[in-house]
Amino acid sequence: MYNLLKIAIRNLLRYRRRTLLTASLIMIGVVFVLVFMAVTGSVKSLLIGQITDSMLGHLQVHKKGYVASIDNLPLTITLTPKAMQKIDKAIKEIPEIEAYSTRIKFGGLFSNFVETTNIRLNGVVPEMELKTVPLLPTRIIKGEKTLKKGDILIPELLAKGMKVKVGDTVVVIATNRDGSVNGKQFMVSGILESVTGPGGRDGYIHIEDAVEVLRMDQMEISEVVLRLKDFGTLQNVYESLMGTLSQEKNEAGKPVFEVHTWEKLSPFYNIARMIDIMTLFIKIMLIAMVLVSIMNVMIMAVYERMREIGTISAIGTMPGRILSMFVLEGLSLGIFGALIGDAVGCIIIYILNISHITFNFGRQTGLLLAPHVGAADILMVSATVIIVSVAASLQPAFKASRMEPIDALRHV
Amino acid sequence: MGLISAHKIYKDYQVGEVSLRALNDLNFEIEPASFLSFVGPSGSGKTTLLNLIGCLDTPTEGGLTVAGTDVVSLDRKQRAAFRGRHMGFIFQDFNLIPVLTVYENIEYPLIMVQNVPPEERKQRILSLLESVEMTEQKDKYPDQISGGQKQRVAVARALVTEPELVLADEPTANLDSKTAYMIIGLMKEMQRKSGTTFIFSTHDQKIVGAAEIIYTLEDGTIVDRKDTGGNAHV
Repeated sequence: MYNLLKIAIRNLLRYRRRTLLTASLIMIGVVFVLVFMAVTGSVKSLLIGQITDSMLGHLQVHKKGYVASIDNLPLTITLTPKAMQKIDKAIKEIPEIEAYSTRIKFGGLFSNFVETTNIRLNGVVPEMELKTVPLLPTRIIKGEKTLKKGDILIPELLAKGMKVKVGDTVVVIATNRDGSVNGKQFMVSGILESVTGPGGRDGYIHIEDAVEVLRMDQMEISEVVLRLKDFGTLQNVYESLMGTLSQEKNEAGKPVFEVHTWEKLSPFYNIARMIDIMTLFIKIMLIAMVLVSIMNVMIMAVYERMREIGTISAIGTMPGRILSMFVLEGLSLGIFGALIGDAVGCIIIYILNISHITFNFGRQTGLLLAPHVGAADILMVSATVIIVSVAASLQPAFKASRMEPIDALRHV
Repeated sequence: MGLISAHKIYKDYQVGEVSLRALNDLNFEIEPASFLSFVGPSGSGKTTLLNLIGCLDTPTEGGLTVAGTDVVSLDRKQRAAFRGRHMGFIFQDFNLIPVLTVYENIEYPLIMVQNVPPEERKQRILSLLESVEMTEQKDKYPDQISGGQKQRVAVARALVTEPELVLADEPTANLDSKTAYMIIGLMKEMQRKSGTTFIFSTHDQKIVGAAEIIYTLEDGTIVDRKDTGGNAHV
């Protein structure tokens, strides 16, 4: 093997310019893929982080059927204290869950005593909510970063439209599950910046105020929002939680609970999917680049070295060794191109990181781009290039190995 | 039985729709340790015959036995293995591998074909380098040495596997007369030392005399066989 590799590398060095050009092409492809993956990955995780950490959470648990009717914010599909005990128990069994928050969601009327409009409200336990969606305070653009009983955080659009300021008194009127109407006065303690996605334009009140407005006999929770210690464990935690909660059945034998990851709850997931699809296409382009360039070089190599092939074949080299010789040449070229590409790609990603590039997303401004590419991604891209290099060399190498020495020696 | 035995050999080539007969009813026997030459004008069938003996090609018809093996019945892989075990080749254009040094070119068949252990390899190569007077050039690449030197290396490469038979197709065609005599002299000397059978083709009458046996071919047929003793010019 060492000798075959030696011959392969020397043959690559023999045509230095061609080797360099081909390796450069592979390198450009690898750099492009790595930088693209790093930048889009960074943008994607930043945006996902913004959405999950400021309102959506990583996972949500509802009573079965709630998400299908979420636009109506139903007060009849809720989690009773008994159901909450089961959820609480299930959550505590999963160490990967960092925090959770319970919410009572409802729709109502918002009045500044002059005008009235609709509002969607979340009744939350402030301490639990802040642990679960830690970026919520950063969305409070005016007023206090906390929420006390009797306070209300209202969305910016509503504040502007109704000309309401921090410190103003407002009234929230809501219909409870029995159809009776109730109202309560609140003081505006903060103005919330909107974010994209469901719940991005909701207001917040204390959960006890929500119970009072809705005249609940017992606290009936609309949704439980979960935050994980490590976002990477999302799928495992989802499966684990589903496994536990799906065992709970009602009298009709149907599941009582439903669990959703953020992906099922946010339309941004489709954008994230599009980024993944774009990355896939970039990878396919890389494969095509490597395939065509290596195949071209190897076909040329076989054509130019026909007499050499004839000579080594005449002196008894077995076809398998001739095949290996050319495959190793393609492999070496692939490894060379991939290694340089990895190195240059990492340097560019490092430069992008120290350049502190910022970007805006919707109303979120100054988001810091932090491109990052993991060792697994580098390995995957390099392995793809190397495998494709070998595959591209196979046809020319096979042709060389099948060549009759007499024909090869006659080649001029 | 001789080292090579040919019986009613025919070789036809198809050129378009026309069939050309390159060799016509050849019958001969070659003894081991011969120093033998096929001579004849261009197109007489010398190279075709050497290609058949060297298992690089197969006859259209007839029987051919080399070193006790019916080579006509061998498939591609078996022929390659047979060549590696029993034969050495010297080409008109030297055909050294350009990316390997003189030493590595000679070493190539020992590693790639015969898998000889390193110590034995080294011993054989150094001894041959000395015999062909190329020890000082052992680290040079083919493009750094002269044509005569390249052919010396080719002789060493052909002999390093200790074959029973070395085939040389026009080995002196690309050399000046002085170097050509030197190469033929070297081949003869190596034949004496190793007892290997050397068969070469040439149309150069001046070096033919070095051969002990001369077969003359014309239009694919052996028209003459001479035993000369091989004392001329060398």
